Amino acid sequence: MTMLDTPVTGPIEGPDGPAHSQHHHHESPTPIGFWVYLMSDCIIFGTLFATYAVLGGNYAGGPGPKDLFEPGFVAWETALLLISSVTFGIAMLQALKHKLNATIIWLLITALFGIGFLVMEVYEFHHLIHIGAGPDRSAFLSAFFLLVGTHGLHVTFGTIWLLTLVVQLKTRGLGEANMRRLSTLSMFWHFLDLIWIGVFSFVYLVRLV
Amino acid sequence: MSEHSAHSHGTMSQLMIGFGLAALLSIIPFYLVMADTGLSSTAVIAVIMILAAIQIIVHLVFFLHVNREVEGGWTFAATIFAVIVLVIVLAGSIWVMYNMNTNMMPMPSEEEMLEMMSLQNQQG
Repeated sequence: MTMLDTPVTGPIEGPDGPAHSQHHHHESPTPIGFWVYLMSDCIIFGTLFATYAVLGGNYAGGPGPKDLFEPGFVAWETALLLISSVTFGIAMLQALKHKLNATIIWLLITALFGIGFLVMEVYEFHHLIHIGAGPDRSAFLSAFFLLVGTHGLHVTFGTIWLLTLVVQLKTRGLGEANMRRLSTLSMFWHFLDLIWIGVFSFVYLVRLV
Repeated sequence: MSEHSAHSHGTMSQLMIGFGLAALLSIIPFYLVMADTGLSSTAVIAVIMILAAIQIIVHLVFFLHVNREVEGGWTFAATIFAVIVLVIVLAGSIWVMYNMNTNMMPMPSEEEMLEMMSLQNQQG
């Protein structure tokens, strides 16, 4: 009876068996659980990429990628997101050194780059809708807005999470719970940069060749 | 912090190597598209795809620190599973839809349509 009431918080044994799990004795199951979530999210993006691949050529007489996409603009978005990934990495390293203020500063720098990326994306979407190339124009644009918009929503929620975590760090410091939150958000943030590689390569660049 | 944490979150040098590689692997495809290199479009598309695949691996290794040891191998196993599903979804969709498009009956033009209609009328 007590077995059923006990939450599963113990170490998760890997394919290598229990002998290997001794090193992971005090670990929380959160990182692996969050990683499984990220992989399922990755499959959501995969289906959206597949949709774009299938519908990307259906312009319905409307504008195509070469009329709408500006590689220089996308290059700046890419740079902002990549730099934000690195600044988050630095924040994580500062946290491991128990430097609270440095962690918060690097997190805020990361948030600035993330917000910069979002501003550029909102500008692009607004511009496209304004010139009549909104998601209702063609199947190509529906698939484009769906895929890039889903990524943008992820970055938006990542930024909200990041700012929330800054408040939590200020009030509670670098305790075990906050370290877990920080490393989980770190995975999320790097993962979004990874998805962006697919976006800038397959959504923008390949269609501009 | 324990040895494990330092291991799973990497070091400053790992981060900077990852940044350098990722920057290089992003600059090359943008350069190929923005500058007039004279390469065939098939070659440029192939290079963009290969560099994207390499950059995804760079991010997994240097930023996300995925390897066979983390979480007793479960992180690695989950990643491989996701990659297999992605390959099936992407390659499958593109393959099936390509075949459907090429095997589809060509749509008759307006003239042909009128011709067919008049033929039907004649036959009663």
